[in-house]
Order: sequence, then C-alpha cells, then structure tokens
Amino acid sequence: MRDLSFTAPTPVSLDFNKCMRKTKSGKIKTAVKSKSRSAIRFTIFALLGLAACGFLTFDYKDIELSKALAGTWNNAKALFGQPRLNHSSLPGALNALYMTISLGTLSTIFGAVVAFFGALLCAKNIANPVAANIVKSLVAFIRAVPTILWVLIFTIAAGLGSVAAVIGLTFHSAGYLVKAYAESIEEMDSGTIEALKASGANFWQIVLQAILPSSISRMAAWTFLRFEINFINALAVGAAAGAGGIGFDLYMAGNHYFDLRELGFITYIVVAAVILLEMLSTKIKAKVA
Amino acid sequence: MLDKQMDNLIEKTPKKTNQISVFSKRKRTFAITFFGIFALFAVSAIVANYNILSGFESIPKAFAWMAGNFIPDKKALSRLPNILAKLFETALLAVAVTASAAICAFFFSLLGTKTTKAPPLVSRAARIAASFFRNVPNVVWAILLLFSFGQNILTGFFALFFATFGMLVRMFIETIDEVSSSCVEALHATGANSIQIILQGIVPSSLPEIVSWVLYMIEYNIRDSTLIGILTATGIGYLFDLYYKRMDYGSASLVVICIVILVITIELLSNKIRKVIM
Repeated sequence: MRDLSFTAPTPVSLDFNKCMRKTKSGKIKTAVKSKSRSAIRFTIFALLGLAACGFLTFDYKDIELSKALAGTWNNAKALFGQPRLNHSSLPGALNALYMTISLGTLSTIFGAVVAFFGALLCAKNIANPVAANIVKSLVAFIRAVPTILWVLIFTIAAGLGSVAAVIGLTFHSAGYLVKAYAESIEEMDSGTIEALKASGANFWQIVLQAILPSSISRMAAWTFLRFEINFINALAVGAAAGAGGIGFDLYMAGNHYFDLRELGFITYIVVAAVILLEMLSTKIKAKVA
Repeated sequence: MLDKQMDNLIEKTPKKTNQISVFSKRKRTFAITFFGIFALFAVSAIVANYNILSGFESIPKAFAWMAGNFIPDKKALSRLPNILAKLFETALLAVAVTASAAICAFFFSLLGTKTTKAPPLVSRAARIAASFFRNVPNVVWAILLLFSFGQNILTGFFALFFATFGMLVRMFIETIDEVSSSCVEALHATGANSIQIILQGIVPSSLPEIVSWVLYMIEYNIRDSTLIGILTATGIGYLFDLYYKRMDYGSASLVVICIVILVITIELLSNKIRKVIM
C-alpha cells in the first residue's frame, strides 16, 4: 500500500509549452475534436452544397429577377398599405373566418381523441412493443403525406366541402398528436404505473388515475399548439382545395379577382386571428400548467 | 365523557375538511372539461356545416376507393422519371430555401436576442419583422408572388423563404437565449468583444440546436412545398394537381408514394444526424 501522507508537492511552474495542444500556427487549441463537431460541420457543408446545387440547376425560365422583385414590392405595398374590401362584406369575411376556425377546432378535437388512444398503444412505458411498432410506422406514414393531399383524396370520396376538409386535416393532426402524446406519457414517473399495477389496477384504471392526471397539462399544451397549426392548415386547404372558409376568400381575391387590396384586408383579418389564437393558447397553457 | 368527545369529533370533521375530496374535484373538472369540449364541438359542427354521419361514412368509402383506384398502374410507371425529376427539384428547393433562410435568420436572431445586447430599438425591430413574416400565412405570400413572378420556381422559393425565415428567427432567438446566455456572460467578463462573443460563445454553443431546427424545417418545407406547388403551379404539387384534375389517379398515387418515401427518408436521416450532434 502506498503511504498517502507523503505526496510530493505539486510543481509550481508547469511547462505550458508541453501541456497545451497547439495549432500549426502556434495558437493554443481551444476546441476539442469530437464526433459531434465533425458531424455538424459535415451536415452544414452538405446542406450548403445541396443548396448551391439547387440554385445552379433550377429552371428559372429567363425571369428578370430585379423586375419581378420590384413588381412584388409594389404589390406588397398595395396589399399591406391599402387594405379594402371590394367584392365581399366584413360580416361575410368574418363568417368565413369562423368557418375556418370551426374546421380547425373540429379536426383538432377528432385528432386529439384518435391520438389519445393511438398514444396509449405506442407509449413505451405502457404499450406492447409489437403494437407500438405497428402504430408508430402507421403514424409515420400518415404524417409523411402532406395535409393537402389527404384533403384532396377525401374530396373524391366525400365531395368538396367541410367533410373532406375536416377528415383530411384530422389525419395529419392525429398523426402529429400521437407522437406528441406518446412522448408526454413516456415522460411520466414510471413508479406510479408500477405501484398501480402492483395494487391490481387494470389497464383503464391506470390510464384514468395515473396517466391522464399526470400528463394532461402537457397534452393540452400540445393540443393548443396543434390547434394553431390546424387553423393555418384549414386556411391553406380552403385556398388550395376550395374547401371553403377564409382561405377560399384569399384564393378568390388573389387568383380570381386579382384584387390586391381585398387580399390585404383578408390577410389582416387572418393575422389578427392568428395573433388572438396565440394569445388565447398562451393564457390557457399558463392556466393548465 | 369520551362519547361526547367522539360525537364532537364526528360532528367537527366534515366542517374542518370543508373542501371536497381530491377525487370528486377531479371528477367535476373532467365533467366540466368534457361538456365544454362537447359544446365547442357542437358549435363548430354547426358553423362549418359539418355532417357527422357523412363524415364517418366517408372514411371507409375513401379507403375502399383508394384500394380500388389509388394504385400506380402501367401508365403511372412510365411517368416515374418525370415524377422523380420534379421530386428531386422539390427536395433541392426545400434545402435551398431552408439553408438561405437559416443564414438570414441567424443574423436577424443575433440582433433579436438579449445576449448580444444589441440596441433595444434594433432588437425590437428585428423581432417585429420576424413575427410579421411568421404570422402572414404562406398562402398569402404565394398568391402575392404569383402576380409578378408567374409560374416560376422562384415563386415557390420566396413563398417558402418568407415563412421559413420568420419561423427560424423565432426558434433561433429562443435557442440562443436558452443555451448561450451563461457562456456569453463569462466571455463578457473576460473582456471579449462582440465578434469574439458571437464566434466563440454563441455559435459553438447553439450550433447543434440550430442544425436540428434547420433539419426539421427542411422536412416541413418538403411537405409545405406540395401545397405551395398546387397554388402556384410549380414543382411536385403541380404534378399531383395535374394528374388529379385529369383523373389519372394511378399517376397521382405514385406521386404520393414518392413524397412519402422522400419525407420518411429525410426524417430518418435527420434523426440519425440529431443523435450524433446533440
């Protein structure tokens, strides 16, 4: 055994030239070479390379960029500077806004209900691993299809209108919320579930007494976030699939009447709604959490 | 004597614990929430003119239709090279948009964050500009750009660029405020100037998160570019819309399958990268 009471005094002057790792030019190296650093560098260079490759190969069709930008600037000035309704009335526009909000609400509620059961099937701490993998791959597939395509596909079966819009929007929001809810459930304390299991509680008792109370606030936060996204998606779907609501008004003002001022007015209504919804959801989140 | 005390106790207990037990309170909260959501549902269904029955009916109908018609046929396979070319273009567009928006957003977020101590007026202006670009929906940008740019890839580029820029500035500011504030403070104390602080403090500490956000936005933009493509008649969205309107559902389904494969590949790839860098 070594005698620890007689350690040599630490040397006062370290030879810094030997201790420090230096670069070729003689500067002290401050960064540590690591896998993560080189991965970041590689990712950034790969993305920049792909972007450059894109810019070089795009088919610009001989567009005059400066002219188009100047034109857009003038149009933007008309759009944001002189908003005015010419083809529709304010109550009409507000009705369309309520319609879009309702489409967003319906798809959020449906999506949340479906996603709750989906999350129970695929959260690691409660689910059967085989079922979890099946649900997870299904959800990954559903999320990979853009929302607008779901709506267009359902338009064929259900006809143009709110049914196709809601079902199409629901698919994507359910896919998104399953992932979010499952993560909220996985974050909860595993001891609670084990204790309930040990006391002989069945699956639904565990869900209602342990999982729901402990993860409901996180789930609610995700749901409100999704509601904001669904509102924007409902707007987009209205514009691109003709599913009604204020998105359709935007489309008509821009691509049918070519009326920038009307487009501007409707844009302001939409932006006000987005900001109001954001404020509302922040308030509710603060209350729930 | 003892009996009287017991009686007193029994009488007093309910008064002492005047509040309702946890369980009945929880039940009441659930009931109120449930009815609130139900009322919201009912009002929304009426406003949107949504027929619940036909909604449920349409799901099996849609899947039956998809199983019968929404399958690539021979004609669709002959269009595969064209579809793949457009898909490749869309993927490159998403990367180009996100990369250039990220570069601009990074400079904006340096102005907007608290850590760099930019003049408050400048910092505020940067935040307001970003929130303007974020809150104006990309549908509006697409329609606005269509006026001057016409059916051009740049219409899609700028429509996606504005929205991406707004979102990334917000995410970058949050990241920098969260991750870098302590090391910036330390660098301040050593007397580093602002360029040194940015290059040695903010960039290295927030880069993993920033790259992760950029990867997320690429994925998001590929999905969004379908929508913008339908609106502005460019890219893969236009191709889908074309086949869809011609009722060539076999080819349209092939477009969907290609998009799904691309999105899932990118998701898996970025999850791998995230695991290494975080």
